[in-house]
Amino acid sequence: MVETLEQLGAHAVQHCGVAVSAADLSGGELTLSTTPEGLLGLLAFLRDDPACLFKSCVDICGVDFPERELRFDVVYHLLSLKTNRRVRVRLAVDDATAVPSATGLWPSAGWYEREAWDMFGVFFAGHPDLRRILTDYGFEGHPLRKDFPLTGYVELRYDEEQKRVVYEPVKLTQDFRSFDFLSPWEGMTPTRPLLPGDEKATQNG
Amino acid sequence: MADVKIENYTMNFGPQHPAAHGVLRLVLEMDGEVVERADPHIGLLHRGTEKLIEYKTYTQALPYFDRLDYVAPMNQEHAFALATEKLLGIEIPKRAQYIRVLFNEIGRIGSHLLNLTTYALDVGALTPILWAFEEREKVMEFYERACGARLHANYFRVGGVHQDIPAGLLDDVGAWFDHMPALLDDIEGLLTNNRIFKQRTVDIGVITADECYAWGMTGPVLRASGVPWDLRKSQPYEVYSELDFDIPIGKNGDCYDRYLVRIEEMKQSLRLIKQCITRIPDGPVMTTDGKIAPPSRGAMKQSMEALIHHFKLYTEGYHVPAGQTYTAVEAPKGEFGVYLIADGTNKPYRCKIRAPGFAFLQAMDFLSKGHMLADAVAIIGSLDIVFGEIDR
Repeated sequence: MVETLEQLGAHAVQHCGVAVSAADLSGGELTLSTTPEGLLGLLAFLRDDPACLFKSCVDICGVDFPERELRFDVVYHLLSLKTNRRVRVRLAVDDATAVPSATGLWPSAGWYEREAWDMFGVFFAGHPDLRRILTDYGFEGHPLRKDFPLTGYVELRYDEEQKRVVYEPVKLTQDFRSFDFLSPWEGMTPTRPLLPGDEKATQNG
Repeated sequence: MADVKIENYTMNFGPQHPAAHGVLRLVLEMDGEVVERADPHIGLLHRGTEKLIEYKTYTQALPYFDRLDYVAPMNQEHAFALATEKLLGIEIPKRAQYIRVLFNEIGRIGSHLLNLTTYALDVGALTPILWAFEEREKVMEFYERACGARLHANYFRVGGVHQDIPAGLLDDVGAWFDHMPALLDDIEGLLTNNRIFKQRTVDIGVITADECYAWGMTGPVLRASGVPWDLRKSQPYEVYSELDFDIPIGKNGDCYDRYLVRIEEMKQSLRLIKQCITRIPDGPVMTTDGKIAPPSRGAMKQSMEALIHHFKLYTEGYHVPAGQTYTAVEAPKGEFGVYLIADGTNKPYRCKIRAPGFAFLQAMDFLSKGHMLADAVAIIGSLDIVFGEIDR
C-alpha cells in the first residue's frame, strides 16, 4: 500500500528500476530524477499505476544551469486528483539531446513543451507541432537561458517611412545596471563560499 | 451547374477582437460556418515576467504577479508569497491569514463578475455587464482602501500583508456584502433561464472529466465537468480548512455549466467573506521576524537596528535558503502555481508561473472543433481567459 510520498518514491524505484536515478523527498515534495531514455516509461507508469494515478500533467518547464555539462533541467509536475498528491519528475539534458515528447501521454504537454523549446531550446522528439509559442514570429534565441541578456538583442518600432514595423539592435540610453547587493555577511548558506578567514574558526576549535 | 470545388478557408480571429478577451490571435480553419481547426497564437502580451523575476529580489518580484491575471491580482501574489514563505519556513500571523482569505474571495468575486458578464456580452446580453461593473468598481475600492491601488495591489507580502486594513473597511465590506445576493439574483434572472443565453451555451464546448485531467484543466472548468476538486478544500492553505464553504459542481461540462458554477462560487465566496469578517482576530499582520518584515516608520525613527533592517531589506532583501517548491493556490480561474527555485541568494534562481488559462486555451482546438464560429466565442468566454497570465 502506498500511503506516503516516501512510499510512492520507493514504489516508483521498485517498478521502474534504473529509470529512476534518485527519489528525493524534501520540503514535503517528492522529486524523481530520470533520464531521457527512461522518461516516457516512468511517466506512463506514474499515470497508469493504480497506486499513482497521476492523470494530470500540470506543468512542464525548463531550468537552465549553464555551468553544468547537461545544462538544462526539464521538470514535470504531475497531479493525482484521486490520491491528492503531487510529484515532480526532473531530468537533465544538454541542448544537443532530444527529450521524448510526453504529448502521447497527456495532450496538455503540447504547449508546455513548446514553451520549454521556445524559452530554453530544449528539443522534444516526437512532438507533433514544435513551434515557438510566446516569442514573436521570427524570433531568434532562447530568452530564458541564463546567457541571454535581460534587455534582449533587438527592439522594434513602427517606421513611418517604410510603413511597417522594423527590428533594430537594442539601444540603451543608459547601460544596463545589475546591482550586486549581495553581502556575504547576511544569510550565509552552504552554497555560498565562506569569507576569507572563516576557516580559522573551525581549525582552532 | 459547373462543378464548384469548395475549399476550407482560413480566418483570423483577433488579435484585436472584442470577443477575444485580450490579444488573442486565433487562426481558424473554417468549413463554411464550422470550425475545422483552431490554432491560437499567443504571446502578444509576453513581457518576460519569468526572466525579469530572476533579476529582482523577492520583494521586487512580487508586483509582477499583479500583472499576470490583472483581473484578480491579489490571488496571484498569494501563490508567490506562499511559495517563498514555504522556502523560508515561516508562519504568518492569524490576522494576516484572514485578511488574505478575505481579499482572495473579494478578488474571486471581482474576477467572476467580470468574466461572467463579458461572456454574456459576447453571446448577446448587454445589461449584466453594466450592473456587474458597478459592483466590481466597489471591489476595486476595497482594494484601493487596503493598499492604495485599484489594480496593481502589491499588498500580500512575504510574511503577511503590507499593512493592516483601515478602520471601517470591514463594516463597509459587510454593507456591500448585504446587497450582493440581490445583484447575483438579478444577473441570474437575466441569464439563467434566458432562452437566447441557453441556446448559445447549453451543450456547447462539452468536456468530460477525463478530458479535463488529460488537458490539465483546473478550477471552474474542471468543476463544471463534475469533479469536486478545489485546492482550498483538497490542499488547504491559510485558514480555509477552518472555514465553512461548499464546492459547486456542474453536470455536463458545457459552457452553461461553467456559468452556473461561477455564479454559485460567488455565493460561496460571500459565505467565506462573512466568516472572515466575524472571525478575524486582532494582532499583527506581518511576521515579527525583523530579517524579513520591514520595520514600521515609527520604529525607524527610534531604533538604529530598525533603520539598518530597513536599509538592508530594501537594498539587498532577504536571502531564501536553497531549495525548490511548487506551490499552487486556487485562483478564480483555476490552479495558479509557482515553481520557485532558490539558490540561497536574495533573488530567485528560477520562477516558473503555471497559469490556469494556458491549459484552457491549449484545449481550444479540441473544444471548438466541429462547432460553429459563434460557438467559439462562447467557448472562449466560458473558459475565462486573461492574457496577462497566459503570455506572462
